[in-house]
Amino acid sequence: MNLVTNNKWIGQRTIRPDGMDKVTGRAQFAADTTMPGMIWGKVLRSPHPHARIRSIDTSKAEKLPGVKAVVTSKDIVDFPVEKGAVMLGIQDMRWMCRNVMARDKALFPGHPVAAVAATTEAIAAEACKLIEVDYEVLPWSIEIEDAIKPDAPILHEFNKFDGKPSNIVGRLEHKKGDIAEGFKKADVVIERTFTTRPVHQGYIEPHACLISVAPDGKTTIWSSSQGQFMVRAMTAYLTGIPQSDIRAIPAEIGGGFGGKTIVYLEPLATLLAKKSGRPVKMVMTREEVMRATGPTSGSKSTVKIGATKDGKIVAAHGTFYLQAGAFPGSPIRGAAGCSFTPYDIPNLLSEGFDVCSNRSKVAAYRAPGAPIGAYAVECVMDEVAEALKIDPLDFRARNAAKEGTKAAHGPTFPRIGYLETVEAVKNSPHYAAPLGDGNGKLRGRGVASGFWFNAGGESSAQVNITEDGNVVVTTGHPDIGGSRAGIANICAELLGIDYRRVSVIIGDTQTVGFSNLTGGSRVLFASSMVVTQSTEKIIQTLRERAAKIWEIDPEAVKWEQGAAHPVSPNAGQFEPLTLKELADKAPAMGGPIGAGVQLNTAGADGGFGTHVCDVEVDVDLGIARVIRYTAVQDVGRAIHPGYVEGQLQGGVAQGIGWALNEEYIYTKEGKVDNPGFLDYRMPVCSDLPMLDCIMVEIPNPKHPQGVKGVGEVPLVPVMAAVANAIYNAVGKRFYALPMSPPKVLEKLDEPTRQAAE
Amino acid sequence: MAKVHVTTTINGEPMEFLCEPDDTMLDALRGPLALTGSKEGCASGDCGACSITLDDRLVCSCLMLAVESEGHEIGTIEGMAQGEKLHPLQQKFLEMAALQCGICTSGMLVASDALLKKNPDPTEEEVRFWLAGNLCRCTGYDKIVRAVMETAAEMRAQ
Repeated sequence: MNLVTNNKWIGQRTIRPDGMDKVTGRAQFAADTTMPGMIWGKVLRSPHPHARIRSIDTSKAEKLPGVKAVVTSKDIVDFPVEKGAVMLGIQDMRWMCRNVMARDKALFPGHPVAAVAATTEAIAAEACKLIEVDYEVLPWSIEIEDAIKPDAPILHEFNKFDGKPSNIVGRLEHKKGDIAEGFKKADVVIERTFTTRPVHQGYIEPHACLISVAPDGKTTIWSSSQGQFMVRAMTAYLTGIPQSDIRAIPAEIGGGFGGKTIVYLEPLATLLAKKSGRPVKMVMTREEVMRATGPTSGSKSTVKIGATKDGKIVAAHGTFYLQAGAFPGSPIRGAAGCSFTPYDIPNLLSEGFDVCSNRSKVAAYRAPGAPIGAYAVECVMDEVAEALKIDPLDFRARNAAKEGTKAAHGPTFPRIGYLETVEAVKNSPHYAAPLGDGNGKLRGRGVASGFWFNAGGESSAQVNITEDGNVVVTTGHPDIGGSRAGIANICAELLGIDYRRVSVIIGDTQTVGFSNLTGGSRVLFASSMVVTQSTEKIIQTLRERAAKIWEIDPEAVKWEQGAAHPVSPNAGQFEPLTLKELADKAPAMGGPIGAGVQLNTAGADGGFGTHVCDVEVDVDLGIARVIRYTAVQDVGRAIHPGYVEGQLQGGVAQGIGWALNEEYIYTKEGKVDNPGFLDYRMPVCSDLPMLDCIMVEIPNPKHPQGVKGVGEVPLVPVMAAVANAIYNAVGKRFYALPMSPPKVLEKLDEPTRQAAE
Repeated sequence: MAKVHVTTTINGEPMEFLCEPDDTMLDALRGPLALTGSKEGCASGDCGACSITLDDRLVCSCLMLAVESEGHEIGTIEGMAQGEKLHPLQQKFLEMAALQCGICTSGMLVASDALLKKNPDPTEEEVRFWLAGNLCRCTGYDKIVRAVMETAAEMRAQ
């Protein structure tokens, strides 16, 4: 590894390249775009949780003045279920073609059944009401317990589990050693069952797109997503238009957290635009977002951990049932694969079960699955530590995974920073501070740890030197939380110029090489790798140009502080040639200066964090408030500390919402009963304290700048840290989320249960 | 439905526009007025992304009819900077990384500005309660609160 030292820009809190647009209201998000001749699309959605669609009559809607096109599932390319999986990234097109629009059955309330384009949004909505759908209403189930009962209504008849039709649509396991033997050695064994409710990613920007299809099929998509290439590919698959004819232009994205790694509107708007010959704009309402996109899974998990008196874990068993919603694909890999990973456990079995039920198909949400699993594991860890009378951080440290530990999901760890995060919490001012007087309220402190895989994958970049000697970097990843700032820092550092001379833009699908999604904590890892290599190529060119001008060997030229210099006086006495001077001479000295690199990046090792949380519980009202929080994480290397902290703080805030308030509530009719921000109740500013961060920086040896992904880990430990803190405050354990006021009150009225049985 | 003609003042400029009688102010801003800095996150007054001022009072433009702006003064994010010069809050949000995706940022800035005009020396608790109507899902609010407090301190010192 060749880390740049004495950094000028890496590690600095520079101003992000897209910042000015965002503080002045200029930034263009998907719903901000319009086009001459544009019309509006709206979706007709199923009112039923489960219904066979016998027929759809769109004739009355088509006759309504102002209506320009109507589409149903007949217009969408079918991927027959029996022909096997057609994977595009993590999505199977068999489910995608049915999720964007119901085919034979509607599988959740809000499932699209038709779409209309009309000259105004109001006419399109009116036309939707004129579409007649003949439904055969079927029995349904929402909760895991109901969906896995032997007599449960089956969503997908083709699916078999243990030889019978089932809503269990997938299973995976990670195994190490022999748990039966392991548990025999344990002095303390604790087994608990936990449930969590589905929670929505809660991005403030609803899904939106504007799409234009020319008569020759050339299609332009403006939309907010976590990947313009994903949008292009999925739209192509579902509409039959070749990818080369689709140009997907990434608008600014108003939050995603995994929820925008999938398409909902783009294929429908494309078909409407194709049929009508007019550009079509579609924007979801908040209610549509809540009913028909995301969320992440609800879950039921059982975790059993056995340890010896000296505080060593000898065996662990986890069973994680996760709701997939209407189609297979819940994040069991994250739940089963991440939850025990901070620990070196000789005998381990971790199983995940993917369960379909009649709610919207789940979408990725920040470390998908991992927070659900960690909630269960980290709460049991707390109970085991208590039973052994060991400080919960010491218990974690004693069992910490470190370099050489083989994780159950496969890898043997290189140098990792988990133990350092535990020690940093232990040595933090927060952990040393007394809890203080709650003035009648009960106070408690809890800790928890978490892990996320991180990811590498495909990334492309183009770096070009402008004629006036400045720099334009183009990458293919939407910037969801400040990645442009990190890229500008790196490029400026390598070239030795002011970061303000580097402009960073997100290319569209037809102007930059393939780049995979912004997700999985992969973007700065992957994009800075291709930007580094592109910039290094440019530096090589600049050295060659200077060598040519000076008539010396390129090896006798070094690049330093934004200029070419002779390596030593022996190479000759020349005045430095700056980037600007070399750009000036470019036309005569070899032409334009630019370089591009495409890579399938690898080496994104997992990330670890440990959190400490203080709560205050009002036992009369049942309200638990987080009053102090510190998130510690091994962040590899903080290229832009401000945005690394922002990732940590944002993840923590989401976790606090998940722990204390957020949940999908269903009516007796199987419909979401709280599809708006008022009743869904994400944390607002006055719900939270300042959120402290400690960044442990152990550079990733497989990355030129030491980058590790940072965006997912911060959500993983939060719910357990809050639950452990509430236990510490009130002396009762919570085995279900959210720990909202009615549930806290109910629990406080229960008789006390033994800590270890 | 016949459109209604509305005469108003937006960011200090006289403006006229046509709208449906049931259009919200947010519809008018983002539609005929082409001021898309105000964002629609919920259309129910819960997220604050569409925050504007009506005669210096902070309102959600999604909860106000466009026709109600007749004869009044509207302030939006587009009016916050003076030419090339950013408002101190805008500058501080940039310097302190008090934005991530940026969709809530317009509303946060308009709301913060309204707070500092009313109360130039807010406590952290006052900032948090004032901004409780502006949802942010990215930042955890920490950097936003710090940026508002620091801007207030600097503006008081001037």
